[in-house]
Amino acid sequence: MDVGIVSYGAYVPRYRIKPEEIGRIWGVDGKGMGKGLMINQKSVPSPDEDVVTIATEAARNMMARVPEVDPRDIGAIYVGSESHPYAVKPTSTIVAEAIEATPNMTAADMEFACKAGTAGIQVCMGLVGSGMVKYGVAIGADTSQGAPGDALEYSASAGGAAYLIGSEKIIAKINKTLSFTTDTPDFWRREGQPYPKHGGRFTGEPAYFRHITSAAKMMMEAVGTKPEDYDYAVFHQPNGKFPTRVAAQLGFTPEQIQYGLLTPEIGNTYSGAVPLGLANVLDHAKPGDRIFVTSYGSGAGSDAFDITVTDEMKNYKRDKAPVLEKVLADPIYLDYGTYAKFKGKIVMPE
Amino acid sequence: MAGVAREWREIPGRYNLKGTKCGNCGKIFFPGRSFCPVCRRASMGKMEDYDVCRTGKVFTFSVVHEAPESNNLQKPYVVAMVQTDDGVMITAQLVDVEFDKVQIGMPVKAVLRKLSTDGESGIIRYGYKFVPCE
Repeated sequence: MDVGIVSYGAYVPRYRIKPEEIGRIWGVDGKGMGKGLMINQKSVPSPDEDVVTIATEAARNMMARVPEVDPRDIGAIYVGSESHPYAVKPTSTIVAEAIEATPNMTAADMEFACKAGTAGIQVCMGLVGSGMVKYGVAIGADTSQGAPGDALEYSASAGGAAYLIGSEKIIAKINKTLSFTTDTPDFWRREGQPYPKHGGRFTGEPAYFRHITSAAKMMMEAVGTKPEDYDYAVFHQPNGKFPTRVAAQLGFTPEQIQYGLLTPEIGNTYSGAVPLGLANVLDHAKPGDRIFVTSYGSGAGSDAFDITVTDEMKNYKRDKAPVLEKVLADPIYLDYGTYAKFKGKIVMPE
Repeated sequence: MAGVAREWREIPGRYNLKGTKCGNCGKIFFPGRSFCPVCRRASMGKMEDYDVCRTGKVFTFSVVHEAPESNNLQKPYVVAMVQTDDGVMITAQLVDVEFDKVQIGMPVKAVLRKLSTDGESGIIRYGYKFVPCE
């Protein structure tokens, strides 16, 4: 049985802040910081947005493109995030209710730093492939946290994308998925803490680069491909620099990663990053295109996917929901004060 | 603040604009009613579930400067009467929009947003607000 993507939808909040504005507050060369990280601006959620609302918008866009799919045929919904609004009370049940998939289904929230969304895709593939459910929904969404003044503040942003996984009318077949996972403490957030901590340069070679290159090489070996066999490649993108470097290390060209690299314009959407990059690739892809995807989640692990776009893409009603280019058009820029207020960084009276 | 049980009862309307339609005269109600005030007895047992259209146009609007505590972080903000494409009038916040661009007749769509929270430890209420659309 072929298993793959039946539909997808994406959402990114409309607000943005630029690195120079953040640097202005902390006495740092923000523009230089942005240049080093390859981040021109990052998205900011408005005060009434969180992972629930972002995931819902992405899921509704996903469902709008497949009006023939009855939401009650969705047997599982998984929302991957590291910023679920509740510590206990699932995001996924709220999203399920908002797309009218309840009640005959299973749901759970996932957390694996920045790769919880792709982990959800893998779980849905298993459920669909085994015949347990007709459709599964996997969503990666975040309103990422970065401590004020920390390097992460220049990148941590908000957004998400949703994937309807099934075996009928698939617009993109997932040929294979595999993962590379170890216990690597490069980035973490303890229970009750508002901001994550990270190991600085330790997040690079032993963490991001080792896991992505290992998973990617394993995948190409398993399916017998080389980088030049792919039309597009999407890598996890905590900034613009890391995915550009890892792509070059593996032998992918800048053209191959161009559409899957959104971080320079929206920042690091954490669990939303690879799902959003893949959504932008699917916005441009045509039947026969082959897509290479490798996510990364600190802690640490990488999920790799080998994907082929099918002829069904010709019948797919992509225009029933806004493509990412349209979602990202016409942003509203914030100053740091408004950004701090929107992100809840100002201590308010009880 | 309303109790959790009441919030829960209102979820279908708040999340998905679920209303009702009188099977006798065809009038649509949002929020839904179990009884048509026009047809009265003739509507008994004939009220149907009805999904109100999520797109519409701004019928009129106002800018709110004195906000309730739940909207303190967003003031000033726009509240609009939206006439949905199937003719239902809904009053809600209009968000993600610059004030000078709000116009009567502008197309909008309903989205799910946070409405309020019961402090730091209480329930988070979600429901419809409107955003501009093409």
